[in-house]
Amino acid sequence: MSQLVWNGLFVGSFYALVALGYSMVYGIIKLLNFAHGDLYMLGAFIGFAVLGAAGGVSAGMALPLLLFVLVLTMGVTGLAGVLLERVAYRRLRGAPRLSLLITAVGASFALEYGMRAASGADPRVYPVRLGGTSLEVFGARVTLQQLALVAVAVLLMIGLNLLVTRSREGRAMRAVALDPKAAALMGIDVDAVISRTFFLGSALAGAAGVMAGAHYGKIDFMMGFLIGLKAFTAAVIGGIGNIPGTMLGGLLLGLLESFGTFWLGGEWRDVFAFGVLILFLTVRPTGLLGERVTERV
Amino acid sequence: MAALEIDGLDVHYGGVHALRGLSLTVGEGEVVALLGNNGAGKTTTLSAVSGLVRPSAGRVAYEGRDITGAKPSAIVRLGLVHVPEGRRVFSTLSVHDNLLLGGYAVGDQAEVRRRIDRVYALLPRLAERSGQQGGTLSGGEQQMLAIGRALVTGPRLLLLDEPSMGLAPLVVAAVMDVIREINAEGTAVLLVEQNARAALKIAHRGYVIENGTCVLTGTAADLREDTRVAEAYLGGV
Repeated sequence: MSQLVWNGLFVGSFYALVALGYSMVYGIIKLLNFAHGDLYMLGAFIGFAVLGAAGGVSAGMALPLLLFVLVLTMGVTGLAGVLLERVAYRRLRGAPRLSLLITAVGASFALEYGMRAASGADPRVYPVRLGGTSLEVFGARVTLQQLALVAVAVLLMIGLNLLVTRSREGRAMRAVALDPKAAALMGIDVDAVISRTFFLGSALAGAAGVMAGAHYGKIDFMMGFLIGLKAFTAAVIGGIGNIPGTMLGGLLLGLLESFGTFWLGGEWRDVFAFGVLILFLTVRPTGLLGERVTERV
Repeated sequence: MAALEIDGLDVHYGGVHALRGLSLTVGEGEVVALLGNNGAGKTTTLSAVSGLVRPSAGRVAYEGRDITGAKPSAIVRLGLVHVPEGRRVFSTLSVHDNLLLGGYAVGDQAEVRRRIDRVYALLPRLAERSGQQGGTLSGGEQQMLAIGRALVTGPRLLLLDEPSMGLAPLVVAAVMDVIREINAEGTAVLLVEQNARAALKIAHRGYVIENGTCVLTGTAADLREDTRVAEAYLGGV
């Protein structure tokens, strides 16, 4: 039982990290960025390249090195996200939502098959794997590396939440999300705020990509496809556009999958996850913490 | 030097020719009313000045500086601030956060606090409700918040679009009093109104526009007396 909970929280923290970018971008320009999962893939490959360039890794140095790679990868993936918005989405700001959505699907394919062309279709073995020392926590087998990854994910999420709720930049982001025109009239450079949002969301996806590479030990150009859809599901469960809701949605989806797999068998895992998506879209499309705006006109 | 000079302004929306060679000026420290019917081009004029809409011809100068086609965020930083139609307060942010956003472009945080304190002194209702979400305020309070938020940016010229819209007569009078007070402290105001009677009470001068061009101009007193204005905008003589 506690093993199921732990597994669920572990996978769920990955989902949450990726889902946050989905949710933030949706919140600010109402775009379902279907290329978001591919930024996670890109992050995994960037981390792979950086680790390769760093040469061999001694076992004792694995964790500090991984953290360094994580930070570097977050920066580069963040910039890739900014570039994606600049090249593919900005010109379509005033266009119908459907055009933007189709462009996002196109961007997703471009990233996937671009990576296949650049790096080949075969999976790559990640050059760093963390030691497997495990301990018992409330009867669940937990490895130190899992603990480290979850700790990093939690820190990133806390940091993001503070940034958005407490800082001047975060306030500007929420203003642009609510009403870009009114935000511009307050002296906020809307384009710059949107760029920053893409940077943050993509950086989190990049971090998740590196963490997934280090955890599963294998990466390939399609690895972002399914997790992109899962992250979307997580965002819908929690309330897309709502940051704490999205974190909650990620963790819940991880738990649901963990228990669903236990009861129904591993082959039902994705069916279960997307079944939940459909359920939420029909019954509660605003998600658990989705914003129901009370407004007097 | 005039606060604002608009010269031969043309704006097209797709196939619609919304402004046709519109010219007007706002002097330093002046309140100027811009009157006209629905669709005459009043909101378009303000949007073209604040950079939300790009004019196809003509020139906009603010304190002698050409700002035609500049970005809205850059124009705000110069001290020319547009309070849009329908107030557009940030509905799920608190009143205080709305005001803080007014100070977004101001570097000095102590100055932002001072300005917010001044807004609270001028508009005590906002101080009482500083923790409440903007969207839960009444219409009049939202209008006060929209104006207060603009004051935190530190404007020398305010563009106000229909501040009286949808408000009860007593509240309209209160809003107009606030505008008069803001002007008394030296801020010039370009006031777009359908409520010509209320606008001409506080304005020094006024323009009447029709179909995107200026058809009549004069001092507020002249316009109040003008039979054409009276018939069209003041509900007959």
